[in-house]
Amino acid sequence: MDVVYILWLRQMKRYFRSRSRVLGAIGQPVLFLLALGYGIGSVYKKAGQGNYLQFLVPGIILQTLLFSGVFWGIQILFDKRFGFLKEMLVAPVSRLRILLGNALGGATISLLQAILVLIISVALGFRPDNWAYLPLSLLIMVALSLTLTSFGAGIASMVEDFQGFQGINNFLIFPLFFLSSSLYPLTNVPTFLRIASEINPLSYCVDALRYTMIHQHHFALGLDAAVIAATLVICVFFAVNRFDRLQV
Amino acid sequence: MSSNVVIEARNVVKTFGDIQAVRDISFEVRAGEIFAFLGPNGAGKSTTISMLTTMLRPTSGQLRLNSHDVTREQDSARKSFGIVFQDPALEEELTAYENMKVHAVLYGIPKNQQTERIEELLRLVDLWGRRDSYVKTYSGGMRRRLEIARGLLHHPKILFLDEPTLGLDTQTRNLLWDYVKKLSDSEGMTIFFTTHYLDEAEEVADRIAIIDHGQIVATGTVAQLTKQTDTKTLEEAYLELTGRTVRDETSLANNGLNVRTAMRNRNIR
Repeated sequence: MDVVYILWLRQMKRYFRSRSRVLGAIGQPVLFLLALGYGIGSVYKKAGQGNYLQFLVPGIILQTLLFSGVFWGIQILFDKRFGFLKEMLVAPVSRLRILLGNALGGATISLLQAILVLIISVALGFRPDNWAYLPLSLLIMVALSLTLTSFGAGIASMVEDFQGFQGINNFLIFPLFFLSSSLYPLTNVPTFLRIASEINPLSYCVDALRYTMIHQHHFALGLDAAVIAATLVICVFFAVNRFDRLQV
Repeated sequence: MSSNVVIEARNVVKTFGDIQAVRDISFEVRAGEIFAFLGPNGAGKSTTISMLTTMLRPTSGQLRLNSHDVTREQDSARKSFGIVFQDPALEEELTAYENMKVHAVLYGIPKNQQTERIEELLRLVDLWGRRDSYVKTYSGGMRRRLEIARGLLHHPKILFLDEPTLGLDTQTRNLLWDYVKKLSDSEGMTIFFTTHYLDEAEEVADRIAIIDHGQIVATGTVAQLTKQTDTKTLEEAYLELTGRTVRDETSLANNGLNVRTAMRNRNIR
């Protein structure tokens, strides 16, 4: 059995053995879905923009991938704090394989959560424009789960403790999320907001999801795909680079 | 270097910025020896073990395990040792058996030998009956035993024990040292350990090195150390060599910071 597989398996076992984690991780996106979807839905309709729930779901899928991917980084901090990271790092195995096994575990978990949120959305009344595009949406979700888990792993390798991670969360992750087009369309927003969204890679991620799910888009799909691919490469590089320098 | 030397440190220095944690230490441990590494808090013990076990790179100097250079032939060096860390390093959400299994895969133990070896070692430390319990349900002593079993799983030549008996009751401590002596006698395994309990070192160790302020102040058997300092017990010799003042892991050389904090500050900068 290979090293990458056993480390992946460990992540999966950890996850499925703690039921509170499974529920807790999808609680936040579902809350957003209910509060915003129903709360803002009627105003959105009156403004002539159509069905807000349809618009919102791709954004909430991105939110699920973003937060579970980045929060998964806390696993690295846990392993550092509670010692298991040492056991992995003194083993005669390259750090790349250690990172790969762990990060693939994290990506699998966040992908499962995003799929669960998608199923809940459908139960709440969300209908994709064309079901035939669903495999494409799933492919984008796979790419995003890898990107955002790597991002989380890179950040966690840099910060010293849980408080530091909290700061990153408040000053980096939340702004990134709110300044993407996840929650509102970019058509009539003030210029500064539009510019902030246009330089935010997450806007292109949600745009691609929206294109394949409800056939609405702000950018060209080719541009979305290019930005996602570039972000994936940069995030993986960032994670490998930071994890390599990690000292225990 | 002679062929039966399995741990060798030559002129090893480790600095963290302006802080000198280890200042030019050299020592040798021979095959099958039980070697105790003693010193007050903050003397450089943990830094030395971290360097020997490839977790930290020395600033200068050479470290060899089983004649593999620890910085240049990292994987071969890593295969030659097992370690029981100062703080537990088990995965609590897995069972004892699963922890052993992860270790077996990490160390590339052939699949057809894994089951047999895991059973053998879990029986050795008396945990076979509890193999399917989660480690989070284990007591401190059980965790230590499991870590020892895990450290031995890949048949290492050298076993590092970093304060292995900290917080254990007398029964478990005796049991642990019995295992260790047995391993050294029957398998010819080399044991390198640190402890703050001098009676343990006096009873178990073949040879002792005492480190203080990042330098080795004495090396030898208990008899040699007591003779050198003109004292009667190891404790008296130790106090004679390292002084009677209390250490709090800080020193003026580090601007009053302990090494770990100074390292952390340095990382941030």
